[in-house]
Amino acid sequence: MDLPTLWFALAITCWVLFFVLEGFDFGVGVLASALGRDDHERGAGVSTIGPVWDGNEVWLVAAVGVTFAAFPDWYAALMSGLYLPFVLILLVLAARGVALEFRGKGGTEAFRRWCDGVLAASSLLVAALWGAVLGVLATGLALGADGEVVGGGLSRSLAPLVSGPALLGAALGVGAALLQGATFLGLRTTGPLRPRARTAALVTLVPVAVLVALVAPVGLVAVAVVGALVALRREVLAFAAASVAVALGVVAVLAAHLPVVLPSTLDPAFSLTVAGAAASPGALELITIAAVVVLPGVVAYQAFSYWVFRRRVASERVAS
Amino acid sequence: MTALELSRLQFAVVTVYHYLFVPLSISLATLTALLQTLAYRSTKRRGAAAPEADGGTGDVRWQRLTLVAGKLLMITFAVGIVTGLVQEFQFGLSWSAFARFYGDVFGPTLAIEGMLAFFLEATFLGLWWFGADRLRPALHLATIWIVAIGTLISAYVILAANAFMQNPVAYTLDPGTGRARLGSFADLLTNQVVLAAFPHTIAGAFAGGGALLLAIGAYRMRRGDPDGRWRLFTRVGAWTTAAAGAAVALTGDLLGKVMTEVQPMKMAAAEALYATQAGAPFSLFAVGAPGAKGPFFSLDVPWLLSFLATGDPTATVQGIDDLQAQYTAQFGPGDYVPVVPMAYWSFRFMIGFGVLATVVAAWVLWRTRRDRALDDAHVVDRWLLRLLWTVPVMPALAATAGWLFTETARQPWLVFGLFRTADGVSPGLTPIELAASLAGFALVYGVLAVVWVRLVLRVARTAGSDPVPVPDDSEPERPLVPSY
Repeated sequence: MDLPTLWFALAITCWVLFFVLEGFDFGVGVLASALGRDDHERGAGVSTIGPVWDGNEVWLVAAVGVTFAAFPDWYAALMSGLYLPFVLILLVLAARGVALEFRGKGGTEAFRRWCDGVLAASSLLVAALWGAVLGVLATGLALGADGEVVGGGLSRSLAPLVSGPALLGAALGVGAALLQGATFLGLRTTGPLRPRARTAALVTLVPVAVLVALVAPVGLVAVAVVGALVALRREVLAFAAASVAVALGVVAVLAAHLPVVLPSTLDPAFSLTVAGAAASPGALELITIAAVVVLPGVVAYQAFSYWVFRRRVASERVAS
Repeated sequence: MTALELSRLQFAVVTVYHYLFVPLSISLATLTALLQTLAYRSTKRRGAAAPEADGGTGDVRWQRLTLVAGKLLMITFAVGIVTGLVQEFQFGLSWSAFARFYGDVFGPTLAIEGMLAFFLEATFLGLWWFGADRLRPALHLATIWIVAIGTLISAYVILAANAFMQNPVAYTLDPGTGRARLGSFADLLTNQVVLAAFPHTIAGAFAGGGALLLAIGAYRMRRGDPDGRWRLFTRVGAWTTAAAGAAVALTGDLLGKVMTEVQPMKMAAAEALYATQAGAPFSLFAVGAPGAKGPFFSLDVPWLLSFLATGDPTATVQGIDDLQAQYTAQFGPGDYVPVVPMAYWSFRFMIGFGVLATVVAAWVLWRTRRDRALDDAHVVDRWLLRLLWTVPVMPALAATAGWLFTETARQPWLVFGLFRTADGVSPGLTPIELAASLAGFALVYGVLAVVWVRLVLRVARTAGSDPVPVPDDSEPERPLVPSY
């Protein structure tokens, strides 16, 4: 395997880790408010991701950084082509991250309520936006000869978001995040949240099954497996299966057009290929060394972090 | 406005905003680690077995102060992270031509920063904040030190990327495409600009964090300080800012000499020095527009500029006119002069606010020596206490002015001598898209700033008291509640 191909695989790995890890914490962000009936229960829901969400989001930093480093043309075309969608994602992620971190530091219940509201709304919106972006990537962008998306005005970068594939992607993004979030909450909480999370997972499965049937009927197998595991109360396996399903979906979208990494809808000649978009061998060798040395350590200490916070979070009020 | 102008404005806004929080994150991480180390040692010294020492098993003062600095760190880090994420996208969003031409050098630097440093910071900050009752005290202490080290690695690598734009090294240009190709990464990391800019930037960051502790400590001291903890806090902050202020000046001198060598135009613009001059004076202050050619009033210190720029008071310093002629010959016709009043004044604001913060810190150290406290009866102290909130603002203004200076006075270059800013903007981007995104950033960042200030004021007023307030009974139950 040559270096560009290896790096295409590694870049996809980073994106997959981002979507899987943040997928469940987007879902938890919505469900903490949807399933938690009071401040305690919402707090318990949020606590399941409190220590780890930030580490999860760094996978986005890694994915974007690796894409930039290994495929500058891909990065440039993607970011400038989907300019407004990405700005929107960044703004929503900003509101979301701050709501999560500030929630416990304002002192009043009203402030926490506000933060929970912002967290839920932003989590829902950002899951939809990422889903839409994936939907757009599945079909490609209107790339011209210079690798830039053609068009004028606001619609240049906004129009792809309201296309059919984008809307389907948005709905699937929300569904997948909720499914992952619900199975994660079922795994990580005790008390009333746990059965409610299970119900939420089962309810979410229905529309997800319909969407999957529309997009890729073969995916129904995964939906059925997740559904069976939730029904059988195999919490660890249910969460794992939902995560694997998300991972496979992301890989399917990003690798669908190989060796093209970003198809042009105008002319196949304008499409970006793995080899054409790749950085120089020197740059690829450098980041290969960095990744080989650093990333195993990252995975190890992130796993350690999940291990430290492995205990279930109680959602009952405990007499003090 | 054109897409280029809007892109530049947006980059300035989001970057300056991001950099209000970064210096505080860097310095507060290390200061929190230091305070926790003192708390840890005091616990050990008393031979206490219980790590969750609440009084009696260690010097409770250090524990409370660790908590205050840690809360400030958490609040600030959150904003730094979400605004830092924007930075990583920006080079593709509105500077895609730059990303294509210099991605080979710039991209790996950002990727390595993310893999090497950002993961450390984010993961271990979560472990530290939520892990106090789950990790052994020594391990818990290690987590905050790892965060601190992560912030320093981040700063170094990002400054190395910026140093490439100031003084491109370690690249070759592809003869076919005109694009840069990465040469030796070690050379990129040892660019003489980053070697000087890193200590300068870090010293500036510590001046900022120290000033925040000083202001909060002095405020709380005045409202009663039975066991002297707020005096400690004030003096830790004041020492930090005073020492950092001195280090900023020394490293700034070093950076100025490097800059005179690699970008003489920037330093000539900083002085509004149009004519090449031997034994050039340093202008302390000017009246009139220094950009307009011709005389304007200037209060000068003879020979100082030559001395600062080269170490020799009689040395010749190149002027703007000569450099413009030289660059025209070298790079072809064009305007190679940055906006001179901007360079001149931002340079002076940087130095002025930095000196002011250092003087205030030294004053506070002097006035709180031995058992003394700031005293309302003293006219300077009275004003200082009234205007305490301005103390942390001074280093922030100095840092902002410093970045505005170093970035605007490099213009018209994006990568000095190689690539113009006008060539870097995303070719397809329309002004209306930029106007929309700029409005979005202004709105969201504005709200974030208001909430951040309110939370910091709340920490300043309430955190670190004894007895520890019983965790709000409205907060969720404990297995996973931050013990800080």
